[in-house]
Amino acid sequence: MEIPYTVAARPDTGLNNGKIGIWLFLASEVMLFGALFATYILLRVGATEWPHGAHYLNIPLATLNTIVLISSSVTMVMAWYSLKIDNFTRFRLYMAATVLFGAAFLVVKYFEYSAKFHHGYYPRTNTFLAIYFTMTGLHMLHVMGGMAVNAYFWGPGAKLWKKDKEHFTNRVENSGLFWHFVDLVWIFLFPVLYLL
Amino acid sequence: MTDSHAADLKKHVRAYILVFVSLMALTVITVAVSYLHLPVHQAIAVALVIATIKGSLVACYFMHLISEKKLILWVMLLTVVFFVVLLLVPAFTVADRIGN
Repeated sequence: MEIPYTVAARPDTGLNNGKIGIWLFLASEVMLFGALFATYILLRVGATEWPHGAHYLNIPLATLNTIVLISSSVTMVMAWYSLKIDNFTRFRLYMAATVLFGAAFLVVKYFEYSAKFHHGYYPRTNTFLAIYFTMTGLHMLHVMGGMAVNAYFWGPGAKLWKKDKEHFTNRVENSGLFWHFVDLVWIFLFPVLYLL
Repeated sequence: MTDSHAADLKKHVRAYILVFVSLMALTVITVAVSYLHLPVHQAIAVALVIATIKGSLVACYFMHLISEKKLILWVMLLTVVFFVVLLLVPAFTVADRIGN
């Protein structure tokens, strides 16, 4: 059975099903992270004292990760754009770069986490570190998820390009929307946890 | 590909590069401001304003919200309203002095 409205717009929504699906999913993701940001506020306003992020965290490393993630967003949008102009070779290059930037983000995060554990800083150490590990940990899982989907479209998933170019382009657009959302969350996590 | 179509696509790439440069510049600014050690309230305001501008750039241009169908804009607007309410609820507890 063929999946309906993967390319053509559904008459009632004016959009293909994948597009509306990913945006509704992202709306639920906003609320998921929203719950954690609300928790952060509740913990911070209720605390008698709150450390500056720099006391525990490494600002230069986090700045580097911000640059890495922003760069990956650009390569992601360029991967989609390459499909739009029918250049599959360039899509492969940009998609590979996106996945590699994601991997670079995780490597930097690994060094950050290792340094914390080495100094004896764990989620149980204090409230600040508890919310730091929870928020960045959940974000990191999203980076891994996005990387897995992007790697799939770079590799085996790219077979669809030969069968149906528009359908494949739409799929890459949707995985891109998720990837940009992951970048967007980091844009808020970075100042909230590290700089304030 | 017609000339006007090609020019239109080139405009897309130019917009992406411009957004990328802006995001980098704003990242540098937000880090630099953090080293000024402003009073907490001012530091929070500056950092959140910069983050909101950066987030809007990503949403509008990389996620193409600027040219997206109205249905999606309404769904996301509703989400933002609920998100803000969610953040305000705990923020209001700062005024909660029951028992004091």
